[in-house]
Amino acid sequence: MKVLKMKKEDRDKFLRAMMQVGELWAPVKQGNETRLRYRKIEDPSIIGDKFNRPILPLKKFLYPPKLPMFKFSEERYEAEIGNVPMRIIFGVTPCDIHAMLIMDETFMEHYPDPYYIERREKTIIIGHSCEPDEYCMCKSMGTHYIEEGFDLAMSDLGDFYLVWIGSSKGHDLTRLVPELFDENIKDSDIKKYVEWRRKRDASFEKVFDFTGIPDIMELSYYSPIWEELGEKCLSCGSCVMVCPTCNCFNVMDELTLSPEVKGERVRYWTTCLFIEHALVAGGHNFRGKRAERVRQFYIHKLQAFGAEFGSPACVGCGRCVVTCPVNINVWEVVGKLKGKEAYI
Amino acid sequence: MRHYTRPTIDREVNPYTPEPARIVRKYDLTDDVRFFQIRFRDMDRALSFNYKPGQFMMFSIAGVGEAPFSISSTPSRPGLLEFCIRRVGKVTNALFSLKENDIIGIRGPYGNGFPVEKMEGRDLIIVVGGLGAAPLRSLLLYALDNRDHFGKLYFLYGAKSPKDMLFREEFLALRDRDDLECLLSVDKDEEGNWPCYTGVVTTLFDHIKDIDPENTVATVCGPPVMYKYVIDELLKLDIPKHQIFMTLERRMKCGIGKCGNCAIGYVYTCIEGPVFTYWDVIHMKELI
Repeated sequence: MKVLKMKKEDRDKFLRAMMQVGELWAPVKQGNETRLRYRKIEDPSIIGDKFNRPILPLKKFLYPPKLPMFKFSEERYEAEIGNVPMRIIFGVTPCDIHAMLIMDETFMEHYPDPYYIERREKTIIIGHSCEPDEYCMCKSMGTHYIEEGFDLAMSDLGDFYLVWIGSSKGHDLTRLVPELFDENIKDSDIKKYVEWRRKRDASFEKVFDFTGIPDIMELSYYSPIWEELGEKCLSCGSCVMVCPTCNCFNVMDELTLSPEVKGERVRYWTTCLFIEHALVAGGHNFRGKRAERVRQFYIHKLQAFGAEFGSPACVGCGRCVVTCPVNINVWEVVGKLKGKEAYI
Repeated sequence: MRHYTRPTIDREVNPYTPEPARIVRKYDLTDDVRFFQIRFRDMDRALSFNYKPGQFMMFSIAGVGEAPFSISSTPSRPGLLEFCIRRVGKVTNALFSLKENDIIGIRGPYGNGFPVEKMEGRDLIIVVGGLGAAPLRSLLLYALDNRDHFGKLYFLYGAKSPKDMLFREEFLALRDRDDLECLLSVDKDEEGNWPCYTGVVTTLFDHIKDIDPENTVATVCGPPVMYKYVIDELLKLDIPKHQIFMTLERRMKCGIGKCGNCAIGYVYTCIEGPVFTYWDVIHMKELI
């Protein structure tokens, strides 16, 4: 991989240069907000230099909460493809890039989804090193570094960035302002990077041993912990909304007020925690109990993807830990399944 | 810069686009189940369209939505697709209000279907309860159209009463054929003129004789309560677990493994199902 250096003070010049290519989006806090949110940026100087998980993950760009699929009239369906703007997402954390790679497998492998592909192709990902807080579980999941899935990735080493070039598109971006980049990486820079890694890796407050979780989940299918969690769960679905790898959707036809049949077929995020998720016409519900739905969420998240893709679908972003109003999250569940020895 | 040109996505391959199809014929099978014959409006598409028994299609009615339905016709009779549909929800209500010659949207075929190539050369037992005739009529007709590819053929169908039996006249007529055992039963025969058996479907198993269990495949579809009893009977006949097939129902919004609604653990019913074996049921929880 090609790696360049860029001075810290040149960041905004570079971001401004990229704005000629497409909309610039980055996680920022406004007013007295305590959490980052992806926002469209007009002035790059408002972007801070401390990065962490924004409230909603990268999936909101690739697979928005409400996605128009077709405009229909009688039985004509006009696909709503071709009106997505080019977007540059700056400040994406490694966990969210890992999550996107999982999402890619869901949406781009057999029966490729044209809506996802269009957004994916028109989204430029600029990763950024991040500072773990007490909720981050990426080290436990092995997702605290990235090797692919970005166009550029920037490691903040104090007075300069290492800029990792992940794609040909990313390379073109650096050539918009070649004078900002330095190819000459010195021994002292490498030392600095090694030191940064060591410090960052040591800064994770909690780490757990994830090994064996798929097997333990299989054994724990009838465990009372699901009833316990089901008693607590509010079925609000917040965990799914914020989870960077959750992809369930519902499809609805929305009619416009008009004498003819006219409207839009729209996809909405939905969740396996909702009571109607496994409800079929005629009234039979395959997961009518909340405990069954919580179990389904965790089986799919922690066990099932292991079988499907070789690794769990949890990237340890910590959003469920921050968001769940009754404290049901990956920490809790792994702790309950493995006991205290899960934590190392 | 070349990289920033708009990506081109072929609208033709959008897997969510419903294709226009015409309701050619419809009539009521029971009080709430209606038979629909449907043909793609594009005649070339109608004739070249291929599928497997056990697969399903998504029906789309603009302004109402989409829902999955099993195909009841056989690919060995191309041109027309047949469905038997119970009026039970939003989409089926709208479908029941349509007339012959009306246009709807369909897309598919989806799901794994029955592994007919692997079934050929063996004895076949088809067990149906109630609306389970919808997917299994496809397999039955397929076997009849390719009769020399199969060994012995048993068709067991249990319905609540004579008037609840789907395709009643069609199946009654099959009793005259000497190349299959067509065993039809009703739980209750209030009018007293039912020409076949009375009793639940499992009572029909007494008529199955001289099969070679290792070389027999069985398929089951019916209401959830039926599976356990029918599977017990099939196991009593010594049919191996992985040769007992069943087709399952789940909520589906896409049909192509994206929307997640049909997930059972990590299995997407729309891709890896809806046909599963009894071994799958033991192996993976929550299937039935």
